[in-house]
Amino acid sequence: MEEAVARLDNRKLGVWAFIGSESLFFAALIGMYMVYRGRTGPPAHEALDINFTAALAFILLMSSLTMVLALKAIREGNQGGLRFWLGATIFLGLCFLGGQVYEFYELVHHEHVTITNSLFGASFFTLTGFHGTHVGVGVIWLGAVLFRAYKGGFTPQNYIAVEIAGLYWHFVDLVWVVIFTLIYLI
Amino acid sequence: MVTTAAAPPVQAPEQVEAAPAAMPGWMSWLTTVDHKRIGILYTVTGVLFFFVGGIEALFMRTQLALPANTVLGGDWFNQILTMHGTTMVFMAVMPINVGLGNYIIPIMLGAHDMAYPRLNAMSYWLFLFGSLLMMGSFLSGGAPDAGWFGYAPLTASQYATTSGVDFWVLGLLILGVGSMAGAFNFIVTIVKLRAPGLTFNRMPMFVWMTLITSFLVIFAFPSITAALILLMFDRYIGTSFYMVEQGGDPLLWQHLFWFFGHPEVYIMILPPMGIISDILPTFSRKPLFGYPVVVYSGVAIGFLGFSVWAHHMFAVGMGPIANAAFATTSMFIAVPTGVKIFNWIATMWGGALRLTSAMLFAIGFVAMFIIGGISGIALAAPPLDFQATDTYFVVAHFHYVLFGGSIFGIFAGVYYWYPKMFGRILSERLGKWHFWIMMLGFNITFFPQHYLGLAGMPRRVYTYPTGMGFDDWNMVSTVGAYLLGSSFLLFIWNVIVTSRRGQRASADPWQGYSLEWATSSPPTDHNFVVVPTVHSRHPMWDQRNLVAVVAGRGGDGSLMEANGDGHGNGRGNGESAAHGAMTEAGTHAVEEHHGGAHELNLPGPTAFPIILALGVTLMGAGLIYHILLSIVGLAFFLVGLIGFIWRTTQD
Repeated sequence: MEEAVARLDNRKLGVWAFIGSESLFFAALIGMYMVYRGRTGPPAHEALDINFTAALAFILLMSSLTMVLALKAIREGNQGGLRFWLGATIFLGLCFLGGQVYEFYELVHHEHVTITNSLFGASFFTLTGFHGTHVGVGVIWLGAVLFRAYKGGFTPQNYIAVEIAGLYWHFVDLVWVVIFTLIYLI
Repeated sequence: MVTTAAAPPVQAPEQVEAAPAAMPGWMSWLTTVDHKRIGILYTVTGVLFFFVGGIEALFMRTQLALPANTVLGGDWFNQILTMHGTTMVFMAVMPINVGLGNYIIPIMLGAHDMAYPRLNAMSYWLFLFGSLLMMGSFLSGGAPDAGWFGYAPLTASQYATTSGVDFWVLGLLILGVGSMAGAFNFIVTIVKLRAPGLTFNRMPMFVWMTLITSFLVIFAFPSITAALILLMFDRYIGTSFYMVEQGGDPLLWQHLFWFFGHPEVYIMILPPMGIISDILPTFSRKPLFGYPVVVYSGVAIGFLGFSVWAHHMFAVGMGPIANAAFATTSMFIAVPTGVKIFNWIATMWGGALRLTSAMLFAIGFVAMFIIGGISGIALAAPPLDFQATDTYFVVAHFHYVLFGGSIFGIFAGVYYWYPKMFGRILSERLGKWHFWIMMLGFNITFFPQHYLGLAGMPRRVYTYPTGMGFDDWNMVSTVGAYLLGSSFLLFIWNVIVTSRRGQRASADPWQGYSLEWATSSPPTDHNFVVVPTVHSRHPMWDQRNLVAVVAGRGGDGSLMEANGDGHGNGRGNGESAAHGAMTEAGTHAVEEHHGGAHELNLPGPTAFPIILALGVTLMGAGLIYHILLSIVGLAFFLVGLIGFIWRTTQD
């Protein structure tokens, strides 16, 4: 126990605790969504385009893969690989956000679901909106990491900032897996 | 001896770099990142807010002294009631716990500061500005008036028509962010910054309980954050999360609130439990009885604390199965709590008791907490709760645990650590007067409220007609409240007198056993010139010359030869095994310490945390006053954030 703790990096511990805390935040919002499922407004499967969002989910999952490859690259001292895969992760994150904006636009303008006119709208936009905000924060975070990578800020011995940004990014992806399952699949 | 074999490298004095030049005067307090100064800021601010909350309580007791009284009237009473609860929970008890922890815990750990000093400063400023924002509601058209629990739909726009509830929502969101940031800081500090040899099973109990509390904070606050955001959307955007007419569910608020609210009571009580678990052994000259059990019961309370929230909602109609389940888990909590109480009593049993002020407050905690605990078990039974819920019986119950528990524990800690923090010992004579008048006033105030509750007097009402059988006990309770309030005048007087001609404190005025007593009172800039290696749970009792060792004046801090002589009865078993394990654990801790040696170059003062916190608060205030303020706040926030990150990359 003490030995494992001694090996653990301070910042990594802090980010793990932060992720634990964030889990409870999303648990509260997901709980809210489940309580209000099917109360007022259209059923989710009628209002939402499941195939489109499934593609978005795939994009986000792929961004976790590129994040892993970025970490692998810097562990092997491959600076070019680090920059390429970080850039790819950011690109995929932006694609997801773009897709979400499109989805929101379609909902408001074609399905006439807004945040105020039904509990479905309120709970859907709040839950997915907060997730999207987290993706946005993740993109900015990864952007800062990429900036530092361009300045040669990482070495095979010192890449903790890449690792913790990755932890957060994987967490945000994982939350999407849960949200996607609950909203779109069941 | 074990020591020399274990860790030769540590013994080389680990000189701390000179502190960066501090700024002069009051500016230095605004830009400080020193855990001791932030600890003092937190504690002093918390105590001031405690007095504000106390004055609010006296207003309420004045209104309730007589039947059909009109001193305050309903509108004012609701505002004062709401602010009393909110003030005491978020601006008094929590910050004082955090303040004492901020000051003492890094020293107990043998650390030079918290893990993230700038984040620490930011947490304090968020707490202060968030509190001031909420207090500002009194001057801006009315304070929040929906109760500290903010039940929907009392908070809905059509019922809470002033912007009081907006102040409440935004203030709590800001305070919450500060609290969570502080909790992350405590977790990393406690897990990572322990001195060599200070293994988990040797940590002082205040450290343990603060660690558990910090986990409660980071897991409980997200729930109220989410609940508050939904409420804010209801009030600002026009969603209908809590609006029954549009299909919303007010009970969602109650579940989200109490999923936070119940762990919150443990957030308030666990640190004082830790405080008295350190004070009782010191003044009994005996190790804490059953150390591991006290730790485990604290962990158990923390876990169970998340499974009992709906016992606040027995009467809302959840049905017998849910009620039975939550009644069961609630009663389970009595087990670890009871275990702790027996441990405290067994610690004192047969000890050489010294009844100092700190000790009296600690014993007062145990006695009063038992009463509050027993009425708590009573309320955990739904049939009784149906009768007593929303009556003064509940008010009596939670004041016995939160005042009789938390506040007694906090003042035990204040008397105990005051010499360490300010270098002078508070007058014991005045301290004892303070204790006895507080004890008397507390019981006269709150004991009769049990009777009032059982007689059917509802809580949260601003008045009652005469002839209901409430008149006498209400008057008694009010008289008690003024007595209780006056006891704090003695405390203030004590602080004033002591600051002029109080007795100077040595490094170890109480013969304590944990590391904070090894360093001078108040400690030097970075607490320890040489970080000692810890060999037992009671380094100050077991290791020779520790005061000289940490001051870098020689001595090896080795274990005393006459081990266990005099104050040894709890420590025969297990301790020798611990010494064996220490060799290993100690070495790793040392490596860690050396690995992080560059961190000894502690960050210098910076204004970015306060700018960031001010920005966040202005953004919130702008949502109430004028959106322009939010834009200014955003600018402050970005400057603070970018500066913050820039300073982080400079280290």
